[in-house]
Amino acid sequence: MIEILSRTLLSSVQDLGRDGYLRLGVGTSGAMDRVALAAGNILLGNPENSASIEIQMFPFEARFLEDIAFALTGADAAAELDGKPIPAWWTLQARKGQVLKLNPTKRGARSYLALAGGIDVPVVLGSRSTQFRGSFGGHCGRNLQRGDVLGAIRTEQRSEFFDHLPAAGFGVEPPEFALPLGDTEAVAQGIRTFVRVLPAGEYDCYTEAALESFWNKDWMITTQSDRYGFRLEGEALATRQALEQRSHGIVPGVIQVPPSGQPIIQLRDAQPSGGYPKIGTVIEADIWRLAQAKLCTQLRFVPTTYDEALSALDTVRDYLEKVRRLARLYRLAKR
Amino acid sequence: MTTTLQSGQSPRISLLGTTALLFEPPGAMDIHTQRRIWWLARQVEAWPCTKEAVPGMSNLMLVFSDPPRNVDSVEADLLAAWSRAEELHLEGRIVELPVIYGGEYGPHIADVIDHTGLTIEEIVRFHTEPLYTVFALGSHPGYCYLGGMDPRIATPRRKVPVRGLPGGAVSIGGSQTGVSASEGPSGWNTIGHTDMAFFNPLRTPPALLAPGDMIRFRAERIIK
Repeated sequence: MIEILSRTLLSSVQDLGRDGYLRLGVGTSGAMDRVALAAGNILLGNPENSASIEIQMFPFEARFLEDIAFALTGADAAAELDGKPIPAWWTLQARKGQVLKLNPTKRGARSYLALAGGIDVPVVLGSRSTQFRGSFGGHCGRNLQRGDVLGAIRTEQRSEFFDHLPAAGFGVEPPEFALPLGDTEAVAQGIRTFVRVLPAGEYDCYTEAALESFWNKDWMITTQSDRYGFRLEGEALATRQALEQRSHGIVPGVIQVPPSGQPIIQLRDAQPSGGYPKIGTVIEADIWRLAQAKLCTQLRFVPTTYDEALSALDTVRDYLEKVRRLARLYRLAKR
Repeated sequence: MTTTLQSGQSPRISLLGTTALLFEPPGAMDIHTQRRIWWLARQVEAWPCTKEAVPGMSNLMLVFSDPPRNVDSVEADLLAAWSRAEELHLEGRIVELPVIYGGEYGPHIADVIDHTGLTIEEIVRFHTEPLYTVFALGSHPGYCYLGGMDPRIATPRRKVPVRGLPGGAVSIGGSQTGVSASEGPSGWNTIGHTDMAFFNPLRTPPALLAPGDMIRFRAERIIK
């Protein structure tokens, strides 16, 4: 069990999301950075889809109310356990009473705190993710507050894994280094993020000038960006003629362009249907990059093909498989 | 000039990344097209490549269980299925929703009056007369897209969406009308309020209404 000590937070319980209820109007929710969520669980020997805490506001503080292993993935928040630094993308054993602190991040926007066994909240409509619009799932259907106490699911696997965790813990190479994309210098400085985009339904309706700007100009992630969507600012995108769309299904990653011409990327808490024209879709394999882009930094869209987008998914899968092999290696080494 | 893309000759199929395909057949946004969409959804949800088939307003989104290597063959299957599509008649129930129109419950009814040139009584009469069919659910948990609104009360969506609109808000957006199921932002014009609870995740089924069900709005009160 852990107790949340921080006063103000935008942190919530998320797993890989809620599938199968779009036709009832229920969006997927789930971790913004699914790679980080899955990796944290793999480090602990949890099922990949176990629920963790997504932390979006720093500093964040929590106290362990029992001895339990935990993992930190996602943004490097210069974490400390009772004041001792913990590397990023690391798993470690906590003792009862120890305090975990995550500091403001230099790079990256969202950290994930996973507990051995996974966060124990009820499964609602097939998922433990917080559904904010419907006020259900996660912890009481809302963001976490100071004083909230969260438990972990007890499994035999968990105690076995415990015994084999090296005292100093262990970690893996974060995907930002393992899976580089675009101008690595700009990415490393955290000033620009590159994501691959597939054209969507109304792509051909945009003017040549609009498409030129779309692919070659910077797009600033405005402060009106959150788990629902990223509102971008740049050269307004114009269509050759006004478009009217009937309400239709959309998915996280879809880039809609409202009449203002300033695009909005729909994300994990987006509504599952919409009517604005769609210029493209950020491929699923790159949404974790978006999730780690800070507000007021720049975004660049890189054209891709369906086949490349499938390969990109394979690359993410291969990365997680590497994490899985490494975790197994550490476990066996201790035996 | 406004172009409705669905008015082309053959269905449009477009990718939503590697997550889904959007299928948009030509034709009017009416009950006949919608019944064929319901039929298509039933077919598509049985395909191994489908995680979920999601009907929209005379369109269908196919969410992949695992992105297919050969997406062209899925597109061909969709076209073939559509060419066979029949009208699926869903036997729905009729739900009556008591509505308080105007006043604090209908903050944008003045905009509908301005746009249509009708009186509040006429707007309420045109809004309460039809039996609306639930075409699809979407937007937020339990929200229904309805077909059958009288075009005389059609009013364009608001330039700036309103934040924090309460659940139960009865509104008009373009040529559509609907009731929000929970508090949230909306770009539609709110003309009234109803107290019905449309969604409960712990209930089976969680949504009060399903495609094919019908709604009648009853004017409980008009506040001028």
